[in-house]
Amino acid sequence: MTQLRHLLSVRDLDRETAVSILDLAEDMADVATRAVPKLPTLRGRTVANLFFEDSTRTRLSFEAAAKRLGADVITVSAKGSSVSKGESLKDTSQTIAAMGIDAVVLRHGASGAARVLADSGWIDAAVINAGDGTHEHPTQGLLDAYTMRKAKHGDGSRGADLDGLRVTIVGDILHSRVARSNVWLLQTLGATVHLVGPETLLPQGVDGWPVTSGTDLDAALDDAPDVVMMLRVQSERMLAAYFPNEREYARQWGLDDVRLARLAPDTMVMHPGPMNRGLEISSAAADSARSLVLDQVTNGVSIRMAVLYLVLSGSGSTAGSEHTSGLSV
Amino acid sequence: MAARTVLQQADITRALTRISHEILESDHGADLVILGIPTRGVLLAQRIGAILEQLAPGTAQVGALDVTMYRDDLAKQPTRTPSPTLVPSGGIDGKTVVLVDDVLYSGRTIRAALDALNDLGRPRAVRLATLIDRGHRELPIRADFVGKNLPTSHSQRIYVKLLETDGQDLVAIFDEEDHG
Repeated sequence: MTQLRHLLSVRDLDRETAVSILDLAEDMADVATRAVPKLPTLRGRTVANLFFEDSTRTRLSFEAAAKRLGADVITVSAKGSSVSKGESLKDTSQTIAAMGIDAVVLRHGASGAARVLADSGWIDAAVINAGDGTHEHPTQGLLDAYTMRKAKHGDGSRGADLDGLRVTIVGDILHSRVARSNVWLLQTLGATVHLVGPETLLPQGVDGWPVTSGTDLDAALDDAPDVVMMLRVQSERMLAAYFPNEREYARQWGLDDVRLARLAPDTMVMHPGPMNRGLEISSAAADSARSLVLDQVTNGVSIRMAVLYLVLSGSGSTAGSEHTSGLSV
Repeated sequence: MAARTVLQQADITRALTRISHEILESDHGADLVILGIPTRGVLLAQRIGAILEQLAPGTAQVGALDVTMYRDDLAKQPTRTPSPTLVPSGGIDGKTVVLVDDVLYSGRTIRAALDALNDLGRPRAVRLATLIDRGHRELPIRADFVGKNLPTSHSQRIYVKLLETDGQDLVAIFDEEDHG
C-alpha cells in the first residue's frame, strides 16, 4: 500500500491511492461496531492538533480518530495559547515538536500553511492538512467521497470509485476549501462536478477547474444530480458584500423546502457543516431522509483513522516490496 | 530458483482433512468458529469449514481475522494494507475459535491475532491450526493442529500457493541465495 509521508492536498492522490484510503476507512468503520471500538496500532505515538482557526467537528474528529488508534493527543488552539500572544507558526510548531510529536494536524487561516510546515524542515513530524485558508481540506474531501460511495454502493463499496456520479456543489465556492478538495478528488475518482453560486462567489479561475459552473440553482436541480452539496456561507471571510442580503441569498441559492420537494428520493443532500439553517439549507432539508450530514460526521472519524494510520505506520523510508506474491515468511 | 516441492495438491487436501478430523475430535460438540488469518489463512479456513460441513453439518462457522492493526512491527515495516475482518453473525463469545494460518514461524502473527480476538469477544477456547510449522518460534506459542512440520533454516523461504489466488495448490521451499 502506498505510504503517505504527509497529507497536504487531494491533488497529490491518484485514483488508486484515493480508493485504497476509502477502503481502509471501511475497515476502520468496522472497528467502531465492535465491543471494544479501539485498536492498539498507534500506541506510543503522539498526535498534535494544531488549530489556528476555530473548529469543532474537525478537531474532535481527529481527536477521536487518534484515540481509537491508541495514540496520545495534544490539542493546541489559537485561543488560550501563546498563538494569541503573537507566536508564529514556526515557533509554535517547533515548541510542540520539542515535546516529541509524531504527527501534526494543522488548521490554519493561510492558504498553503500545511505545505510550508511540511517543506520547511522545522519539524520531522508528518503533517496532515486540516484546512488551510481557502485552499484545501483533504480529509473533508475524502470523507465526502466516502459518504457518496457508501450511499451509492452500500456493502459492495470496497474497491469502487465514483465513476459517472453527478455532483452539484452550491454556494460560497470562492471561500470554500471544502469545494476545492471535493472538486479535485471527485474528478480523480471519476465523478462530474457542477458548481452553482452567485457570480460574486464563483472564483475567477474556475474556468481552469475540471468542472462546469452556473448561477441558476433551479436549472441545476432540473438536471437531477445524484448529489447536492450545500456549502456554508462563510460570513467570517466576507469583508465585502457578495450578495444583497441573506433573504435574497436563501431565495436564490438556498436548499429550501420547495426545492427539497423537487429532488428525487435517492438524491443525496450533503453539507460539510456547520450549517446556517434557514440560509443555505432549510431545517427540513437538513433533517430529511435524503440528508447525509450526520453520516458525513461519522465517516469523518473513519477517514481520519485511515489517514493517521497511513502517515504514522511504515518505516518512514521509501516503501520497498516486502512481500513477493505467494511468499510467506 | 531451486525450489523443492514439499506438498502437492493431494497432500494439502489430505492434511486439511486430517486437521478437520482432529478439530472435531478435540472439541466434539463445541460451537466452532474457524477464523482464517489473511490472506491464505482465510482460504484454508474456508476449506476446513467445507470439510467440517461434510463431517458434521452445522457445527462450524467460518470467518476472517485481520491482524494488521495489532502487529508489533508497524513502525519498522513498510505500510501494510489491512484486509476486512469477518466475524460470523453469532460472534465468538463462548465459542471455540480455531485460528488458521498458512505458515507458523516466529509466532508474532498469532500473538497479534490473540490480541485482536481479545477485542472481539471472549471465546471459550482458542486453538491454532497451521498448514506448515517451520519452527524458529520467538514467542511461547505452539500449534494444536499441524499439516506438516518442516524444519527450515532462517535463510530459507516457504512458498504456499493456493488454487484460489495462485492457480495451483503447492507448498515449496527454496533457499534465499537462489532467489537473488
